[in-house]
Amino acid sequence: MKRILQSRWSKPVLFLLCLIPLFRLAWRAYAGTLGPNPIEFITHSTGDWTIRFLMITLSVTPLRLLLHQPVLLRFRRMLGLFAFFYVFLHFVITYLWFDKFFDFHEIMKDIVKRPFITVGFTAFVLLVPLAITSTDGWQRRIGKRWQTLHRAVYFAALAGVIHYYWLVKSDVRLPLLYGAIFAVLMLYRLWMWSQKPRAVRKPQPAPAARV
Amino acid sequence: MLIRQAPDLRYSDITPKETYLNRRSFLAAGSAGLGALASPFAAHAATTKLDNVGKSPLSTTEKPNSRDDVTHYNNYYEFGTAKEQPADLAKNFRTSPWTLKVGGEVAKPKTLDLDALYKIAPLEERIYRHRCVEAWSIVVPWIGFSLNELLKQVQPTSKAKYVAFESFYDLKQQPSARYSGLQLPYVEGLRLDEAMNPLAMLTVGMYGETLPPQDGAPIRLTLPWKYGFKSIKSLVKITLVEKQPQTTWALSVPNEYGFYANVNPQVDHPRWSQGSERRLGEFRKRPTLMFNGYGDQVASLYAGLDLRRNY
Repeated sequence: MKRILQSRWSKPVLFLLCLIPLFRLAWRAYAGTLGPNPIEFITHSTGDWTIRFLMITLSVTPLRLLLHQPVLLRFRRMLGLFAFFYVFLHFVITYLWFDKFFDFHEIMKDIVKRPFITVGFTAFVLLVPLAITSTDGWQRRIGKRWQTLHRAVYFAALAGVIHYYWLVKSDVRLPLLYGAIFAVLMLYRLWMWSQKPRAVRKPQPAPAARV
Repeated sequence: MLIRQAPDLRYSDITPKETYLNRRSFLAAGSAGLGALASPFAAHAATTKLDNVGKSPLSTTEKPNSRDDVTHYNNYYEFGTAKEQPADLAKNFRTSPWTLKVGGEVAKPKTLDLDALYKIAPLEERIYRHRCVEAWSIVVPWIGFSLNELLKQVQPTSKAKYVAFESFYDLKQQPSARYSGLQLPYVEGLRLDEAMNPLAMLTVGMYGETLPPQDGAPIRLTLPWKYGFKSIKSLVKITLVEKQPQTTWALSVPNEYGFYANVNPQVDHPRWSQGSERRLGEFRKRPTLMFNGYGDQVASLYAGLDLRRNY
């Protein structure tokens, strides 16, 4: 397992896997199978993949600790950037362009007036600095505060769940599912943080018996 | 707006069913070869051609959407809450036997079976604009007759002020209804004068044929000046009543959906604008018209009524 994860092929393979939703959309657009409302289809699909990638990115740390696979950390940046990639398509292409045709007056009105747009826009804005500062160079430059800054992803994911919940008309099963996943991922972190002080006090066990 | 004379051709005259079915099977075979999904047109077999359908001066001259759009983009929450679900989940829906009961404050209550639905009044094709509360729209060649034809036959009493409508509901046939988030059976209502307006239509078919299940077979309401959710599907009960009846979406989210639900670009949905809409098949949005462009026929019904309050 570890060898597969550490292989130099693992990242390119994951990269291609993460592009599948985009290829699927492109294929369906080409084949004319985006359904009667193609713009809505693209909007929903890119939105779905944004929230999925956010949840996957937030799963990296819990999985890494639970499965004792620190190597998983290698993939976190790419997954997070794919969340940004899909939210960028969702917001810029389907909302700004296809839906509003870059009518900034209308867009501002929407953002101020419509809570589900406000909260979705907030999620997008929160993710922008995280995408920009995701490089090694920025990580070095910001130093210790980098991690603090990148905790903004928790709020972006929460805003994403609320955006979805406020969007649907009456069937809230999917937004609640993402809400539940988010809650589990955050509760794990809270539990982890509450354990930390004790772990520090204890002498570190031998490297073979990794905790 | 001018009521223009409808074109002489009916939708079904332009392309015979055989031809467009052939065209589709050709396309479906082509895309199947490319590894796409199997033909979605299997449900088509459930409908039959309607004969002796007249034309209507109430038709718009706008180009109807394709039958494929109208049968694969449905809000019919009893058959799933995603637009593509009803086409699949309703394909085995049994419309025979069917019973539509018309009663309440009437002199001559009626119970209609499936065959009787097509004989209430002479059938005519009406090409109507249809505007969903979700800001998309379609143009559909419906087949049916004015609701008032049926109401006149049952003779409303002086007590009758409103008309209440009820949809078919059976979890055995509609298991997905469990997850609709709505209180079912679906109910709707109109003021009696709205119901008597000739535009209010009882619809039994579209595109030259009987209604497919996902579009509300065997009989539904079509109210082109109101948001789509008022146009209740698969009717089993029509009751003339004295008091304003409850309506499903207003029960579910009262601040978002009202009893009137007239198409109104000036009154936004609390969560989105109603100022424009996307006509299926078009890239840019188009402005939404007051009463969906049917103001000449229906605006007088609401004289003196505060439409912002009575959304």
